[in-house]
Amino acid sequence: MFETLSDRLTTVFSSLRTKGKLSESDINATAREIRIALLEADVALPVVKEFIERVKERARGAEVSQALNPAQQVVKIVNDELIEILGGETRRVRYAKTAPTVIMLAGLQGTGKTTLAGKLARWFKAEGHAPLLVACDLQRPNAVQQIQVLGERAGVAVYAPEPGNGIGDPVGVARRSIDFARNAQHDVVIVDTAGRLGVDQEMMRQAADIRDAVRPDEILFVVDAMIGQDAVTTAQAFLDGVGFDGVVLTKLDGDARGGAALSVRHITGRPIMFASTGEKLEDFDVFHPDRMAGRILDMGDILTLIEQAEKAFDTDQAAKMTSKFASGEDFTLEDFLEQMMMIRKLGPIGNLLGMLPGMGQMRQQIDQIDEKDLDRVAAIIRSMTPFERSNPKALNGSRRERIARGSGVSVGEVGALVTRFFDAQKMMRAMAGGMGIPGMPGTRRKVVKAAKPKKGKQRSGDPRKRALQGHVETEIPALPPTLGGGLPGGMPGQLPPGFQMPDLGDLQGRKKK
Amino acid sequence: MEYVIVIVALAILALVAGGVVLLRRPGGRRLPPPAAPPVRTGTVTEEAGEAGSIATAPVDTVAPEIELPPPSAGRLVRLRARLAQSQNAFGKALLAVLSRDALDDDAWDELEDTLITADVGVVPARQVVDDLRNKVKVLGSRDPAQVRELLKQELIAQIGPDLNRALHTTPHADGKPAVIMVVGVNGTGKTTTCGKLGRVLVGDGRTVLLGAADTFRAAAADQLVTWGTRVGAEVVRGPEGSDPASVAFEAVKQGIDTGVDVVIVDTAGRLHTKTGLMDELGKVKRVVEKQADVDEVLLVLDATTGQNGLTQARIFAEVVNVTGIVLTKLDGTAKGGIVIAVQRELGVPVKLVGLGEGPDDLAPFEPEAFVDAILGD
Ligand SMILES: Nc1nc2c(ncn2[C@@H]2O[C@H](COP(=O)(O)OP(=O)(O)OP(=O)(O)O)[C@@H](O)[C@H]2O)c(=O)[nH]1
Ligand SMILES: [Mg+2]
Repeated sequence: MFETLSDRLTTVFSSLRTKGKLSESDINATAREIRIALLEADVALPVVKEFIERVKERARGAEVSQALNPAQQVVKIVNDELIEILGGETRRVRYAKTAPTVIMLAGLQGTGKTTLAGKLARWFKAEGHAPLLVACDLQRPNAVQQIQVLGERAGVAVYAPEPGNGIGDPVGVARRSIDFARNAQHDVVIVDTAGRLGVDQEMMRQAADIRDAVRPDEILFVVDAMIGQDAVTTAQAFLDGVGFDGVVLTKLDGDARGGAALSVRHITGRPIMFASTGEKLEDFDVFHPDRMAGRILDMGDILTLIEQAEKAFDTDQAAKMTSKFASGEDFTLEDFLEQMMMIRKLGPIGNLLGMLPGMGQMRQQIDQIDEKDLDRVAAIIRSMTPFERSNPKALNGSRRERIARGSGVSVGEVGALVTRFFDAQKMMRAMAGGMGIPGMPGTRRKVVKAAKPKKGKQRSGDPRKRALQGHVETEIPALPPTLGGGLPGGMPGQLPPGFQMPDLGDLQGRKKK
Repeated sequence: MEYVIVIVALAILALVAGGVVLLRRPGGRRLPPPAAPPVRTGTVTEEAGEAGSIATAPVDTVAPEIELPPPSAGRLVRLRARLAQSQNAFGKALLAVLSRDALDDDAWDELEDTLITADVGVVPARQVVDDLRNKVKVLGSRDPAQVRELLKQELIAQIGPDLNRALHTTPHADGKPAVIMVVGVNGTGKTTTCGKLGRVLVGDGRTVLLGAADTFRAAAADQLVTWGTRVGAEVVRGPEGSDPASVAFEAVKQGIDTGVDVVIVDTAGRLHTKTGLMDELGKVKRVVEKQADVDEVLLVLDATTGQNGLTQARIFAEVVNVTGIVLTKLDGTAKGGIVIAVQRELGVPVKLVGLGEGPDDLAPFEPEAFVDAILGD
């Protein structure tokens, strides 16, 4: 029911109007909710327990600031703690003093080690290194071939002297690979190993032997973001059996909340260094603790979005848009089409929207969106003349009919699109104001006002959401921009919890109609 | 520029999400599905060659040696022993709690914790323990063995002991083979399960054909071919990057033509969140159904999976109507407790368990043995 911790806590606190310090019973009620939220995010139980103690401790001492209601205050504490445990800062790869730098991968079966090896190779290559992939998974059928294909795709050399499928000695391959790398002038060696269970003594011994043969500069423990409570047992087993220096979290492109990140970090103290986010070689990134904290608490992953966007977006165009917003000029359908095309370069729109904070509640709706819908919208806009695109108000009946014919939809759909566009335009204007774009006179307070009339008409039928909306209106003015997201430099990357609610509430209201 | 992106993204949502609702309103016209298969968001390269590799060994020289698999009956005993062994620590902890002098709140909490640690989930764990607590109160029992038995019954009840766990592998009356599709997220053990299942069937005297409908992951088809050779099943494969639906179609067609008993279709791992790939999976099934019934759709769940397993099961069930679950990697320390919630919510029974990487490490699922293993013998 209550998907996010913020939602849960808001429910807990909805009957309270605590001022000053949080009471002990407030804290206990809160602790229960946090416990459930973390467990549902797959944080391991022993870690949850310790974590709760720390949060309780801090909550006891904390003043409920004027800016935050008790729920927000606690969410902020939890978020801060999470970020602190998850690493505070991301660590970079340690390169060997004398080449080659050796990186060894270890982990359970099916976590994505081989794919990761390919990604790392591609990444090192892009950073100007000359990596070598070493095929030491001689166990799983055709793992050797898989790494060869990946090497080829990444344009990276592969050392695979043994056929695999149970034939060949992985320790020997590992040992010889270092000389091979030296001779062939490779400065980074990435050793892929077979997946193994923590309880498999023999295989853990083998991993330790591979380690001793190559003396890696970094041993990376590869863990699937979907793993549950077993994360602690397995992480500990690998720490004892082979040891590791860093952690890589894979399959983060799914919707698992990834509590394992917290578990593994907490249990082993090893930093999470990389995140693997898809099946393509380029779906790979350094790990960002603050984003992960937001994800575990379901607060969105806006920073990832921004960073991806920066890669795909044309800076000039973005600047043009910014000034457009700033000058209060209207965003036209032409602009919209242009921006939508750019946004699509970032990947499936569902993934993207999922990264926005507060979208947890809209997941169902987001899941329904698919690229075909975007194509349809694009087709409709494309059937308009440039004049119509910049002056959608001019779209009268006959124009709409023509557009409908041109794009193969019904006239009603064209009309609906235009209506939604005007709403979106309003929303964007309000948001541009609220986000404090330079040169824009709007403040957050104003945004709330702008959004209010709409909301008045469409109050959420859900009492929980209504309560939240109520909070939101009064709390917004003083909300620190960093609440929740822990964003550097006061960037509005993490929308303040109240901020997106009215608009999203609107969308949901529309859905119900 | 961050602002711009956020704003535009939200605007798209406003425009398109609204659109989705409108377009999908009952009675509204839906566009026919696109003719072209959805393209996987992956780079597809040409055939793997020697070019990228420095030292290459031929991989196809491994001589196929098909030993005769042991009869299915004997393996169960062996596997159960293994299962019990790996789960023993858990059972011990449980007994320690139960044999305390007083079953106070803490003891019950600890009991709940043990279930949570097995990935049963907070809500189901609480429910099980609350029910148990009431029963114990009514019975006035303090005997650890009796409480344990009650807990066991409670868990078995949750698993749904009456569900039909039989695997439909009998060829149809019209001579068409039984068709089994194997689906799941990445890396759960789908291909391995296809191999092991093929082996069980071959051991029982069936003829088996494997269809390599994972045309996406590097060397995935080769992996299935290796398994085919190992267990004595023919494999139908297509070129890398080709349409998985047509490979599946081809496999079933060949299965019908050559009169095999069972066709097992391996599919590419896909996250349930990727709509395009889920659509593709639906298409694979629909295309196969043009010539034969799909008798089983097996969802492979990894025992290490946490609460996300339920979401996975839910969505796969929606898209391809899952008929059974295969719970793999139970030979590790993970308990696979998520299947309790999966069975309860979806009513889809766990039919098989994977207990290792070897060809014989597959066994039928038995609720009682599973719970016994969780609670320790
Ligand atoms: N210990 C253990 N390992 C298993 C089991 N089943 C599969 N594996 C291993 O898990 C790894 C992944 O198995 P695959 O069969 O390739 O998984 P898949 O689902 O086909 O993977 P993709 O096609 O890449 O999505 C391999 O190393 C298997 O040997 C099991 O029951 N126990
Ligand atoms: Mg596979």
